[in-house]
Formats: sequence, C-alpha cells, structure tokens
Amino acid sequence: MIAAIQAWFQQLYETTGFNVTVFYDPYDWDRYVAGLRMTLLLGISTILLSLVIGAVGALLQSGPSRLLRALVNGFVVVFRNTPPLVQIFFFYFGLGTLLPDLRSADGLRAPILTNVQWAIIALSLFAGAFNIEIFRSGIEAVPRTTVEAAEALGYTRFKAYRHIVLPLALRVCLPALNNNLINLLKTTTLAYAIAVPETLYAVKQIWSESQNVLEMMLVLLATYAVLVGVLVWIMHRWERALRIPGYGR
Amino acid sequence: MSALDPNRPSDLPVLLPFALPKDRPAARLRPAHLWLLAGLALVALPAWAQGGAAALSPLEVVIKWAPLLLTGFAFNVAISLMAMAIGTVAGIGLGLAMLAEGWILPRLAWCVTQVFRNVPWLVLLFFVMFLVPFQITVFGLRVPLPDWVKATFGFSLPVMANVAEIVRGAVRSVPNTQWEAAESLAFTRRQTMWRIILPQCAKRMLPPWMNVYSLIAMATVQASIVGVTEMLTLTAQVHAAEGGRPELFAPLYGFALLCFFLYCYPIDRFTAALERRFETR
Repeated sequence: MIAAIQAWFQQLYETTGFNVTVFYDPYDWDRYVAGLRMTLLLGISTILLSLVIGAVGALLQSGPSRLLRALVNGFVVVFRNTPPLVQIFFFYFGLGTLLPDLRSADGLRAPILTNVQWAIIALSLFAGAFNIEIFRSGIEAVPRTTVEAAEALGYTRFKAYRHIVLPLALRVCLPALNNNLINLLKTTTLAYAIAVPETLYAVKQIWSESQNVLEMMLVLLATYAVLVGVLVWIMHRWERALRIPGYGR
Repeated sequence: MSALDPNRPSDLPVLLPFALPKDRPAARLRPAHLWLLAGLALVALPAWAQGGAAALSPLEVVIKWAPLLLTGFAFNVAISLMAMAIGTVAGIGLGLAMLAEGWILPRLAWCVTQVFRNVPWLVLLFFVMFLVPFQITVFGLRVPLPDWVKATFGFSLPVMANVAEIVRGAVRSVPNTQWEAAESLAFTRRQTMWRIILPQCAKRMLPPWMNVYSLIAMATVQASIVGVTEMLTLTAQVHAAEGGRPELFAPLYGFALLCFFLYCYPIDRFTAALERRFETR
C-alpha cells in the first residue's frame, strides 16, 4: 500500500515534474511528520495552558484583592495590544538570556528552558490574555442569584467558582473561545522564528533542499487547512456535548 | 432585572444571553498600573546601574538608537496602512461577491474567503514571498517588486478575507424589511445595495474593521522573518552593533513592545468606545 503510494508520486514526478518529495522520500517524510508532531505538541499544550491561565485569571479578576485585579488587568491589556512575535522574542532572547545557565553532564552550557518551552510559555500567555476576557464575559452571564444560592449552601468563593460558575460560564462562552483557540493554533507558526522545528520549519527545510517550493507550499496549506478543520470539528463536538438544554436559540 | 424583558423567554433569573462585553470597558489601564511600573523600575534600575560602568547602560543604548528604531516602526505602520487599504478594497469586492445572486460566484468567493481566513498569516506571507517573482514585465516594461511590496501584498490577503467576512456579516444584519421596502420602491438590486444597505452597514463595520487593522499592525513584524528590513530586523542589528551583550535583549525588545503598545492600545480603546456608542443607539 505505502509502496504503491510512493511509486505513484515518484511516477508523478518523472512524468509531470510535480515533485512532492514528502510522499516518496522517507527522509523528507520523517522530517515532515516530526514537524507535524511538534505543531501538535505546541497546539495542544498551549491550548490547555491558555485555558488554565484564562480560568485562573478570570477568578483573580473578580476577586477581592485590588492589587491582583490590577495585575491581571495590566497583563491582559499588555498582551492583547502587542505583537505575539515580539512577545516570543522578548521571552526567548530577553528573559531567556537573563536566566542562569545549567551545565549538562559533559560540561556544556544548557539553558534552563529550551526554545520549545519558551514558545509554549509565550504563546500560552498571549492566548491566555484573550481567554481571561472571554471567561470574564461568560462569568458575567451567570446570574448573581446562582452565586448567592451557592453561598447559601456553604460553598466557599473558590469552590463556588470551580463547581458552579466556571462550568456554566464555559458553556456560555464556548463560541468565542473556539475562535480564540483556532487563532492560537494558527499563531503557533510564529515559533518558527525561534527555530522550533514545527511544520512550517520542517517544510521550509524540505523545500530548500529539494527545490520544490510550490509543491511543498501546497502541502503546507493543505496541512493547516486539515489541522484547523479538525480543531473546529472537535470544538463543535465539545460544544454539542456541553450544551445546556433549553439555553440559546 | 425586575421587569419582563422581551428578549428573554421568562423573567426567572436564568443564564443571561452571552455577548462579548460592550457596556463595561473590559481590561483597561488605570493609575494603579503606573504605580506598579514605578515599583518595577525602582527594583530594576539599580541592577542595570551596576553592570553599566564601562559599557553603555541599556537605557542609554535604547535612547541612542531610538531614532533608527522609530524609523523602522514608521515603516511597519506604513506597510500596515497600505495592506489595509488594498485589503479593504479587495475585501469589499469579495464580500459583495459572496452576497451576489447566482450559484457559482458566491460559492467561489466563499471558498476564497475560507482559505485565506484559515491559513496562518505567516504561511500566507511565505506563499507570497516565494511564489511572486521579484520583477514583473508589463508591456515590455520591467517593474521590480521589492521585498516590502510583496510583504504588503502578503498582508493584504488575510485582510481581504477578514473584511469580506465583516461585509457579509454587516449586510446580513440589516433587517430584511429594508430590502423589501427598497424593492417596493422599485429600486434595482444594485441600487438597493449601494444606496440603502451599504450606507447602513458602514457604521456597523467600523469597529470590527478597526480590530482587523490593529491585528495587521501587530502582524507586520512577521515580515522580518522573511527578510524585510523593519523594526524587529533593525532591533536585532542594533543589538549586534552594541556588541551582542545578552542583557540588552530585554530592553531592546521591550522598546519594540512599548512602541506597538502605544500605537495599538489607543486604537483598541477607540474601537471599544465606538462599539459602546453604536450599541446604545
């Protein structure tokens, strides 16, 4: 089966000159799959981290401490209004070089956080800032009386948030959340700039060695179309599963 | 809360309809942030002063190179303005094509919009940079296409798709009765669109359009990845010119963050204010 596909693409190249190396050259294929895996790692970890940041930030933003509220607000404003690429550079080059180095076993300098980890941190913070806003607007849709009822049942503020407010708010703001998470998946390409070997990076390596820019561009477009499509599908499934009966149109 | 709200099925305290916040300005800067910043500076400045006996301190480096970096920033703004202009014109065309009657044209326009909206901007930029030739020949006349022109074109593609969505959404949000009234007054479809529907849409389209502008202004730094000399490229060069000291990275990139923040935050506030104003009408 695989051999047949490879033979077909090889033949396509020989007859038409349409050179999609990834589908018949195992070396290119491995690089492409490794890139795809890195994109998935970046995507999944940043989505989960940014959701946590959003939930915690929204809790702090409605909390009693004025200092914390001001801090969260400042964080949201700054991260929403600056370019994500500059944020990544600021974190990776700016903060990364200020942190002390570790020595690896053979005496080489090894940074505490690798470029992949910095990319995950920077992208999560960027998307988290948007998520805080989205969660907050969801929390505002939860009626005051519901929270009061929870208080009357003896819930603490945190417990009420975790068990009552957040589950309701999440369901309410899912459509807006979808948009932001899809945007986040697309923003993971920026990790290319600090040499994280994700899909774009791998594909660029392939096309500079095999001289097939157009073919690999099309593969790249198709890859992202499929990735975004899959995420949209998953989020819609999730939206349906979490639907509140009788709410919404 | 108390009276019966016609938009709600019952006046029981149920979950309120969801909308991104318009009435209460969401996160915004307050005097408290100034105090926080001042405190941060108090902690950070002595640390800088210690290192800066022989070499320039980071603050001095930033001040020394600020004119060059700001020129780069002006170039970013110029690219974003041009991309926005091209993208808006093309986007309105594409949006109207999506609303056109017929079978093939709307579907084609819809496909184009979806593709350009769902592909990462950086990928689109690569697409244009690598696949558009560096010069084109029009009627025997050779027109060179420098990098920044191609980058501008690359940024205008996602703008086009987003503006098309905005136009479509705005036209859809005009009540059907407007179309019917125009029809009963014997307006043709084209006249209805241009003289009745679109003027009403302009107001609705302004806030999302400005959002798109803010996004594209922030995205222009991505041009540095494909080799256009703009602010981030210059920042890296300045850093190298100052001897590549690692402690300079944070202030230099911090300066870039500050420039974009000072540019985009007012736009953001203004958009929010416009949205609130149109909401109360």
